[in-house]
Amino acid sequence: MEVDDHVVIVGASHAAVQLMISIRQQGWLGAITVISDELHMPYQRPPLSKAYLDGSVEEGRLALRAPEMYEKLDVVFKLGHTVVAIDAGTNQVTLDTGEQIGFTKLALCTGARVRQLDLPGAELGGVHYLRTMDDVKAIRHSAKKASRAVIIGGGYIGLETAASLTKLGIKVTVLETESRLLKRVASEQVSEFYKHLHEEEGVEIRLGSKVVALQGDGHVKSVICDDDTHSDADMVIIGVGVIPNTELASEAGLVVENGIVVDEFAQTSHPNIVAAGDCTFHPNSLLKKSLRLESVPNASEQAKAAAASLCGIKKAYSELPWFWSDQFDVKLQIAGISQGYTGAVVRGDADESRSFTVFYIKDQHIIAADCINRPKDFMVAKKLILQQSTIDIAVLVDESIDIKTLIN
Amino acid sequence: MPAITYIEFDGTGYHVDVAVGNSVMEGALNNMIDGIVAECGGCCVCCTCHCMIDPEWAEIAGEPGQEEAEMLEMVEGRQQTSRLSCQVQITEAMEGMVVRLPESQY
Repeated sequence: MEVDDHVVIVGASHAAVQLMISIRQQGWLGAITVISDELHMPYQRPPLSKAYLDGSVEEGRLALRAPEMYEKLDVVFKLGHTVVAIDAGTNQVTLDTGEQIGFTKLALCTGARVRQLDLPGAELGGVHYLRTMDDVKAIRHSAKKASRAVIIGGGYIGLETAASLTKLGIKVTVLETESRLLKRVASEQVSEFYKHLHEEEGVEIRLGSKVVALQGDGHVKSVICDDDTHSDADMVIIGVGVIPNTELASEAGLVVENGIVVDEFAQTSHPNIVAAGDCTFHPNSLLKKSLRLESVPNASEQAKAAAASLCGIKKAYSELPWFWSDQFDVKLQIAGISQGYTGAVVRGDADESRSFTVFYIKDQHIIAADCINRPKDFMVAKKLILQQSTIDIAVLVDESIDIKTLIN
Repeated sequence: MPAITYIEFDGTGYHVDVAVGNSVMEGALNNMIDGIVAECGGCCVCCTCHCMIDPEWAEIAGEPGQEEAEMLEMVEGRQQTSRLSCQVQITEAMEGMVVRLPESQY
């Protein structure tokens, strides 16, 4: 590593921040330039749909790190700029201004963007997506004047947004095309639980509801579904998933699948380019497959591997994925990936309480757990998933036995 | 700003000023002190910001809340004064407080 080295980081979110810290810790002497199309210094994304939206956390508390830390790291931020091209042959990036910046190493922390719905009326005032701090500022602004909100999409972002807006005193309707909430990611028990939770808190949940148009006069007034029902709305939030930002990488000739393809060292198909975070399609030796994740822990931990690669050190990234979601007084912690489970068992009372865990079983092993207000179960579940031993289901669901006893 | 001392498992010490209202976790992150991972950023959901408060400061740092206590029950190397550092908010009374960081978080 030399002082005239220069790493350019595209993106300025969780992965980018961890990467810049880790390369300095590992002795990177050269310049670090961060280019982001957002105007804000790096901020935490998870609270956006939760505590920042409901007003319990203000903007100043969202900063990922104190400004002085970036000074200590000697990082140059170019905010409000978009990288429009990467020339992997001459090691240069081109910005929207036409400026060209040379690099010795490049880190793609480009993240993901919201999937947009091509709906008539989507351009009306009061219609929002939720991904960035500016998105949430706009939602908060709309919420000041709104009494009814419609949320399109019953996934985690949609449900967290529903909970936050309900706390603000807004009457919320959630429209979901599938037959249950969270269908792609959770068991029926968990879907049912969240439906009841939201209904108990005053949210209207409408399943099997496909939105066909938004109507209004300059500002949205109602949402129309394919069964011709109309839902009144002063504001609409669309939360139907994200798309990884891979275009720069593919145009530069890097291998891209469902994300920028990297190896366990966060190395792309180009020797001078690494990638980390939501934008990557990466192997996970614990899960024995490649996948793309939308998660802060993934972004941070993969960024450490990327930083090591930039410094010539091999540090394989392979962590058990985990996630969390806050809605009303319910804290959900998810360990592992439940996809492919053959059975689901419940520890605790899923029908009458707000505290239970669903364990996802495959081949008599626990592969994932959704822990609802059960922090200890979550900690144990992570260990049980990793130990990959045959599990005694009778003990797992017996609350009279301390779950810790299942750990080898 | 109260000065807090962080001591890594190998004895390396850091003396840093942390603003009142910030957490012990934030103080570590903003000063690039290894040993506080803080995967969740301070929401009390990941249990990777475990620290041990020096016993003489334990009362001032306070007791863990219920969910924090449940997580701590499962943490590696737990001690009587273990806390999740994201849940310990810095106050003026913490001037000179000493916290130790577990080896498991390196």
